[in-house]
Order: sequence, then structure tokens, then C-alpha cells
Amino acid sequence: MHRSLLLRQRMIGLFLLGVLLLYSPLLSVFDTNEELLGLPVIYIYLFSTWVALIALIAWFVERGRT
Amino acid sequence: MLGPRLIVVYSLLYLAVLFAIAYWADKRADQGRSVIASPLVYALSMAVYCTAWTYYGSVGRAAGTGVGFLPIYLGPTLIAMLWGTLLLKMVRVSKTQRITSIADFIASRYGKSQVLGGVVTVIAVLGVVPYIALQLKAISRSYTILQHYPDIPSRESLQNLPIMQDTTLYVALALAAFTILFGTRHLDASERHEGMVAAIAFESIVKLLAFLSVGIFVTYHIHDGFADLFDKASVAGVLTTHINFQTSDYETWYSLTILAALAVMLLPRQFQVAVVENSNERQIRRAMWVFPLYLLLINLFVIPIAIAGQIQFAGTGVDADTFVLTLPMAHAQEGLSLFAFIGGLSAATGMVIVETIALSTMVCNDLIMPGLLRRWTRLPPHVDFSRVLLAIRRSAIVVILLLGYLYFRVAGEAYALVSIGLISFSAVAQFAPAMIIGLYWRGGTYQGALAGLLAGFAIWIYTLLLPSFAKSGWLSADFLQHGPFGIELLRPQSLFGLSDLHEITHCLFWSMVFNIGAYLLFSLRRESTINEATQATLFVDVLKREAPSGVPLWRGKAEVKELISLAERFLGAQSARKAFELYAASRGAPNVEQLPADAATVHFAETLLAGAIGSASARVMVASTTAEEPLGLDEVLNILDEASQIRAYSRELERKSSELEAAGRELKVANEQLKELDRIKDDFMSSVTHELRTPLASIRAFSEILADDPEIELQQRKKFLDIIVTETERLTRLVNQVLDLAKIESGHANWRIEQVDLGELIGVGCEVNARLFSERGVRLIVELPEVTCTVSADRDRLMQVLVNLLSNAAKFAPENTGEVRVRLRRDGEILRVSVRDNGPGVPFEDQQDIFEKFRQGSSSSERPVGTGLGLPISRRIIEYFGGRIQVQSRPGHGAVFTFELPAMDGG
Repeated sequence: MHRSLLLRQRMIGLFLLGVLLLYSPLLSVFDTNEELLGLPVIYIYLFSTWVALIALIAWFVERGRT
Repeated sequence: MLGPRLIVVYSLLYLAVLFAIAYWADKRADQGRSVIASPLVYALSMAVYCTAWTYYGSVGRAAGTGVGFLPIYLGPTLIAMLWGTLLLKMVRVSKTQRITSIADFIASRYGKSQVLGGVVTVIAVLGVVPYIALQLKAISRSYTILQHYPDIPSRESLQNLPIMQDTTLYVALALAAFTILFGTRHLDASERHEGMVAAIAFESIVKLLAFLSVGIFVTYHIHDGFADLFDKASVAGVLTTHINFQTSDYETWYSLTILAALAVMLLPRQFQVAVVENSNERQIRRAMWVFPLYLLLINLFVIPIAIAGQIQFAGTGVDADTFVLTLPMAHAQEGLSLFAFIGGLSAATGMVIVETIALSTMVCNDLIMPGLLRRWTRLPPHVDFSRVLLAIRRSAIVVILLLGYLYFRVAGEAYALVSIGLISFSAVAQFAPAMIIGLYWRGGTYQGALAGLLAGFAIWIYTLLLPSFAKSGWLSADFLQHGPFGIELLRPQSLFGLSDLHEITHCLFWSMVFNIGAYLLFSLRRESTINEATQATLFVDVLKREAPSGVPLWRGKAEVKELISLAERFLGAQSARKAFELYAASRGAPNVEQLPADAATVHFAETLLAGAIGSASARVMVASTTAEEPLGLDEVLNILDEASQIRAYSRELERKSSELEAAGRELKVANEQLKELDRIKDDFMSSVTHELRTPLASIRAFSEILADDPEIELQQRKKFLDIIVTETERLTRLVNQVLDLAKIESGHANWRIEQVDLGELIGVGCEVNARLFSERGVRLIVELPEVTCTVSADRDRLMQVLVNLLSNAAKFAPENTGEVRVRLRRDGEILRVSVRDNGPGVPFEDQQDIFEKFRQGSSSSERPVGTGLGLPISRRIIEYFGGRIQVQSRPGHGAVFTFELPAMDGG
């Protein structure tokens, strides 16, 4: 019970982090015409943030299992 | 060579495979080896979210707006993080109340209202129809394009086909037939479709693989990887690479995210797979990351395909919505083109199957049944309702698909795929306040929910649906440009002067303002009724440890027989009977007939029926067969007004009083212990003084004799002095032992813990006492094991125990015939040292007390020599090392004193 409460709260924290990274003025920092490794920076930023968020969810969720 | 006939054959083959999978999964479920119990299958079935819209439309949107298609998938990723509470609540509520659709859910939450269920159903059907139209459009369009293989038809050549040549109609009818076969073969009380879920999970794999195949082919075969594509894109100037803050891109970025996050929970098909078909709450956790991962994977190649398509088809008028299919065709990849088509087919069929099944359940349970039941105040006899229910659902499926076709004919051509999908998203978003606020706030009422839904839905119709008709020429464009009757303030897409917003953002904003506004306004107008309050508690508190049972306040007369026959009418005799038998067993009744006709049984019958005909209708039906006595207003107020607070208070009070009780008990125990300790201390003091007085008395007596009589004989004098010395020694020993015991008990003793070899210790101990034994003519036998037995203890203290036992044995063994046997044994992790004598033994009544202070055989006739503190001290010492000491004795047959100590590892 206690552990699942902790997981829920971690997920809310992660949710807020996701909102910050993808839906705040931070986004405009990466919204440029520049390129990294031949790809537009915004493209790399969005997809890598997305991957990182999914990895964090998986880590939190699966770590709690026995 | 692909031709129309071959494409149809392959499509039918694919559908046959789907059907086989569903059949197999159903069979497995019947055998109790469910395939959908796997969290992975659950997550994959949720990917029914990715429809033909994702499959074809994402590329179309990416071609227009760059990364602008991403919010549709980022929104669900974010909301998935909250599933641990949000979705869990929905699933648990639905399981306990047998809720089978989103209409049922909302109706249930606000007091099982039939009206609310009906309204939700109407909104869902009208809102989702464009979305179904989109799937039909995608299938028929992709089929028509693939027919031309290897030529690629332009957008213009595909439009305005006469009705009979339009494959969309045939697609709609074929899908209706397929869905009927799939989802309404039999009636299930819980509305779960294992076979369908398995098939949907399979479809999710197919569409993902197909899309990835096309993506990899385009990116790495036609072009030279991502960097190469972006290079070519910037040369050709075909891709927007940013979201541009200056334009409306950003507000769309937000509003699409919100819409998608809501839609992934509220679309009827999502509710179906995520909530109704959920077979285990633990599946949710895995889905929280597997589902977003799926979304990520299926979107990985959207932008590459969009770039490649724009480069390939620059100036040819090929629709970007078709790139996934037309790119492989343009490169004469026959197999890949077919696979791409099948992928799109799987995306579209998956959506249509689940969506229409979900909608047909809603139409049947929340729209048609309540109407029928109201007309039939008494159930017409001899009608098998399970057949009626199936017939209603099947007709609903056909009607919904035909509506989809109709919308496609009316408005479909005017819009790109993505825009049609967003119209549907905006419609189902209207459920959000009633659903989500209702899950966390008790105060929402029936009127609030109804007003919110109607207001939001009206805004949706006015700002999105009607304009979509206007844009396709079915309504006058004047209405759009100048507002109804020329009232500029009411222009549908710049309502109240709010212009410059994207139509989707505009609709989302105004509909939510009106929806949430009305919901709150009407909810706060009056107190909740009994029904609402009960249901609100059941929903809001469902995750609480003491979740409410769900059995409502109910008083009245009911006949179990009637309840069963009612259930049989709707569920079929067999399954109704079976459900009641299980329930009787769970209540501990020997058979169904002896079930008590109480509130719990009535509630059970109602939830059972709710699975088949919806909660609102179930309530009406059950009420018709039972004679419910309305509870008096005062009674209800007493029981239910602020029911939750009262319950919380009483729970708190209960907790407090039980805490107090526990504390009281503890105090009492502690007090008893103190009293006992006090008594022991008094005993101890009197024992000590007594023990001190005896030797003192004799010392004093003999000293006085010696002092008074100087004439005493030398021999006599020596004898007296010997006694004085012995008694003094005894006194010293006694005082030392009292001090020793006090030190041990108070924890001030010094312990030097080391490894002690017990065999060696026994050897030394025996040597020390050898004289005592030989003096009394007692034989001493020592038995030691061959292995070394080591314990961790204070060597001197242990020796003290051993010497005490040995000297006691020597003292009690009969002179000359005495025999003392010392034995050391290892018993697993325990080392046991026993000292056996053949003396008089210890009487049973003393065997417990002998280790207490001054309890040496006081009852025995012969007072033994010693202070009476040796054994108590020994016990303290052994217990300190984690062992125990005990005596076994049969009076007249000697005594065995044994102490045990934990062996050290490897000892």
C-alpha cells in the first residue's frame, strides 16, 4: 500500500517534469533552425525527451516489482 | 500483379486470420487459460488508439506542420503517468459496479440516471461518427489507390465517384458484418470480449510492423538515413522544422495535447479496452510505459516518410495522407505496398470493431433499453430478452457504420484525416468534467453533469460540427462568415469575438468554459440527493482502504425467486443460475432458494443485470420486481446526510477509543508488573536479611562464648574459631553473590566475549572440582564429542555456571555411591551441556522456582549447603549469551541440569 502510494506520487512528479520539458517556454530554447548531427535540434529534443520520460516511467514502475 | 480482386482476397484473408485469433482466444478463455491476462496484450490492445488516422494521417499532418502531429501522442504519454490513480479508479469502480461503457459510468456516478446515460450515448455516437467515417475513408481510399498499382492516382481523380462505385459503402457494410460476427456472437454479463482483445492486440502488432517496414524502407533504402533526408528537405524547402511561437502553432500544441490526453481515456473504444476489458489491475502498471513506447515507435518514421513523400511527389498532387502507401508503390515494391495497405486496414478495422462494439453496448443499454422498459411497465411474458438485446446491438452496429458512411459522403472530402479525428476528440472531451471531476469531487450532481454535458456538446455542434458541414457546402458559408442572422458576435468559429484561434482550440476553450461552468454552477445549486451521495462515495472513495461496500441503503420486500427469473430473462437461464449459485455459495447459503432476500441480495441482482442492460435500466427492472419501502426523510437524513463525514468521524472515534483501551490495558499490565516487582524486592530483602542473620547469629554466639569464657579448652576454642571462619566465608560469599546478581541484573556487569571451547572448559571445570568429588566418593564421568564445540561467551562466567552445576551435583549425589555424568552434545545449531546426578532429585513443584532467587529447596527437609543464589546467577549468565538453562528430574531418580547455547558457525 505504502509503496504504491509512493509510485503514484513519483508519477505525478514525472508528469510535472514532462509538462515542464514539453509545454513550457523551455521548448522555445530548442525551437531554432540549428542542426545537431544533421537533424533539426527541435526534432532531437522532442524525441529524446519522450524516450527519457518513457524510460523513467518504466524504471519507476518495474523497480517496484518483486 | 496486384489487382482489385487480389487485394480483396488478401483483405478477406487478413480478416479471417483475425477471426481465427479471436476464436482461439475465446476458446482459451473458456478453458481458463486467458491470453489477455498478459500486461503486454493489455497494453497492445490500448494501441487501438492508433487508427488509420495515425497510420496515414500523421504523415499528412507532419507534411503540413512538421512536429505538429506529436501532441496527439505526447498527451497520452503524459496522462499515462497518472493512470496509477486515474485509470485504476475507473477500473475498480467499473469492476465493483459492473459498468460496461462510459455512458454507464457517468450515469452511475450521478445516481444511476437513465437520462444522463442517454445523453452521453448520443454525444458519443454523434461525436465518434466522423471518426468512423475517417476509417471508412482511409480503407476505401487506400484500396482505390492500391488498385491502380503501379500507377499512382492524384487526389482529383479519386473524388466524386458515383454511389455504386464508391467502395466506402461496401467497406462499411463488410465491417458491420464482421463486427457483428466478432462482438455480438453471445451475450456476456460482464461485456468482456477476450477474443476481440486478442485480435486487437494482434492488429496493433501488424500496423506497427507495417509502418516500421515502410519507414525503414523509405529512410534507409530510398534515402540514406535521417540526416540525409533532413538535408534534402532543407534543400527542397519542404519541412517546417519549428513550432514557431509567433503563429497559432503553440496554442495548437497545447490544445491538441489536452484533447489527446482526454481522448485516450474517454473515447468509447479506449474505455472499452482499458477499463471494461481489463482483467487484472496489475496490467495497468506495465501499460503505463509500454503503451507510450508503442506510440513512440509508430511515430519514429512519420517525419522521414513525410519528407520523402514531398520530395518524391512534388507537384504531382498526391495527397500527403497517402504517402505511407504511395511511396512503396512509386518504387514498385509490390509486397511492401500490400503490407502497407494491410497495416492501414488493421489500424482502421481495429478502431471500427472496438468502437462500434462499445457504442452498440451504449446504444442498447443506455438508449433503447430504458425506452423499451418504460413502455413495458410489466415485462411481456415469453420474450427471451437476451435475443432482444443481441438484436438491438447488431442493428446498432449497422446503423452506426451507415451513419459513418453518411458523414463521409456529407463532409468527409472537405477535410484531411487529422481534422476529422480532432472533431471527434473534441466531442468526447465533453465527458471529461463529469468523468474526471466526478471521480475526485463528491459534490457533483446529476443536474450539474447533465447541464455541463449539454452545454459543452451544444458548443461542439455549433463551433465544429456545423462549420464542418458548412465547409463542405451543405450549409451556407454565410453562416460561417457573418454568423447566424448576420450577428457577428455569434460567428461559430470566432464566438463572442474570440477570433484568431485555431478552430480546435477555439472549440476546446469555449466548450470547456461552458461545460465546466455549467457543471459547477448546477452542482453547487443544491445538496446531493441520497442516490447521488451514495454513488459519489462509491466512486470517489473506491481506492480507500475501507472502500464502501456498494450495498445501498435499502429496505423492502423481495423474492429471491423473482430476482432470479428476472436475471434469467436477460442473461439466459444457465448463466443467470450459475451467477446466483456462486453468489449463494459466497454468502454461505446452502442453495439459491435459501438466499436471504435482503439488501445485499437485491444489490447483487442489480449489478448482475447492470452488466447486461446498464445500471440505470437495471435499477428500474429490479425496482419493478421488489417492493421497496421508501425510507422516511428523517431516517435518511439521519443516516445519509453528510454520510461520509459521519462515517469518517465515527471511524476516527472508534480508532481513538480502541487506542485508549489498548493504552489502558498496557497500563494495567505495567502496574501488575510493578506490583510483582515490588513484592519480589520485598521477598528478596527479607530473604537476604534472613540469610545474613543465620551466619551472623552463629558468629556472634561463638564469639561471645569465646569472649566470656577465657578458660575454654584449646581444642574447643579451635573448633569454635573454625566455625566462625567458615560462617564468615559463607557470609562473604553470600554478599559477593548478591552483589554479582545485582550487577548482572542492572546491566553493569563486565562481559568479555570470546570464543570458548566448551569441551576444554568442561575439562578444566572437572579438574577444579575433582577434590570435592573424591572427598565425597562420587564418581565423575565426562562424555565429550569428537568435534570441537565453540560458543561465543565470557569464559569466566561460563566456568562459574559449570562449577556451580558440578558442585551442586557433587553435593546432592549420595556419598560413596554417587555418580555424576557430564555430557556435551551438538544438536544442529545448539550446543547442550548436561550434568546428571543420582541424588534425591528436585520435586516437581520446585522445578520452576529453583532458578529464582533464594528458592533453593526451602521445602525440602534437609537444608542444603549454599547460598541459594548460584542457580539464579547461572540462569542470568546463560540467558545473557542467548541460551537457556533447565532442570529435568523425577524425585528419587536424580536430576539433570542442562544448559544450551547457540553454536558458533563452523564450531
